[in-house]
Amino acid sequence: MENFTPYSALIGGALIGISASLLLLFNGRIAGISGILSGVFTAAAGDKAWRLLFLVGMVAAGLAYQSILPGSFEEIADFPILLLITGGFIVGFGTRMGGGCTSGHGVCGIGRLSKRSIIATIVFMGSGVATVYVLRHVLGVV
Amino acid sequence: MKQNILALLTGIIFGLGLCISRMADPNKVLNFLDVTGNWDPSLMLVMGGALAVTLTTFRFVLKREHPVLTEKFQLPTKKDLDSRLVFGAALFGIGWGMIGFCPGPAITATGFGLTSPYIVVVMMIIGFLTHKVLLDKG
Repeated sequence: MENFTPYSALIGGALIGISASLLLLFNGRIAGISGILSGVFTAAAGDKAWRLLFLVGMVAAGLAYQSILPGSFEEIADFPILLLITGGFIVGFGTRMGGGCTSGHGVCGIGRLSKRSIIATIVFMGSGVATVYVLRHVLGVV
Repeated sequence: MKQNILALLTGIIFGLGLCISRMADPNKVLNFLDVTGNWDPSLMLVMGGALAVTLTTFRFVLKREHPVLTEKFQLPTKKDLDSRLVFGAALFGIGWGMIGFCPGPAITATGFGLTSPYIVVVMMIIGFLTHKVLLDKG
C-alpha cells in the first residue's frame, strides 16, 4: 500500500461529485465524459456547444494545475506506444458499446442507483484488475 | 447561454477534481488496479468521495419537476441488462487496464503538456466513431 493518499482522493472525488450534481441540477445532464465527448461528433448541432465548453473547462483545469504546480504530472517512462494506441481505441469503443465510463456509470449511474450502471462498474473494475494482472505479473509489460 | 457558462464551470470543477485526486495520473490508476502488486487503494476513495456527494444530491435534484435552466432532465432510458452493456464495460476495463486512462482523465491530461494523453484522446475518438459505424448505425 505505498503512496496511499486518502485525503486528496476524497477531496478530489467530492469535487467530481459536486460538478456532476451541479450539471444535473442546472442543465439536467449526466456528467458522463465518454458520452459528452462522443456527442461533440455525433449529437445534433444545437447540442454541441455545452459539451465543448465542459471539455474546455476540463482541459483548462489540467493546464492551470500543471502550471501552478509544475511537474505534478509526468509521462510514465518508456511506456509502449502501441499499448497506448490500442488501449485508447478499446476505451473509446468499449465505453460507447457499454454506454458509459467511470464517470457516467461509476459516479452518476450509481448515484441514481441504476442497476445497469452498478453492473457495468463491477464489470469494468474487474476486467481492469484482470488486465493489469496479466500485463504486469504474467507478461511483465509496463 | 447560462447553460453553456454552467457547463464550462462544472468542467473546470470536474477537471480540478481529477487533478487533486490524481485520477489523472495513469501510474496511480494502474497501481490502483494492481491489487496483487503494490496496491494503492486511493482511487477507491475518489469514487467514494464522488458517490458520497451524488448519492445524496441526486435524490433531491431528481425530485424536481425540471432542472433550473432547462425544461427536462435528460437521463438514460434503458433499464434492462443486455450483452452490449456487459461486453462493452468489459472491453472498456481492458483498455483502462492497458493504459491507466479512462475518458475524463485523458481529456484533462491534455492540459499537462505531455504527449501520451493526446494519443489516447485521438484513439478514443476513433474508437467512438468506429463503434458508431459498426454497431450504432441508426
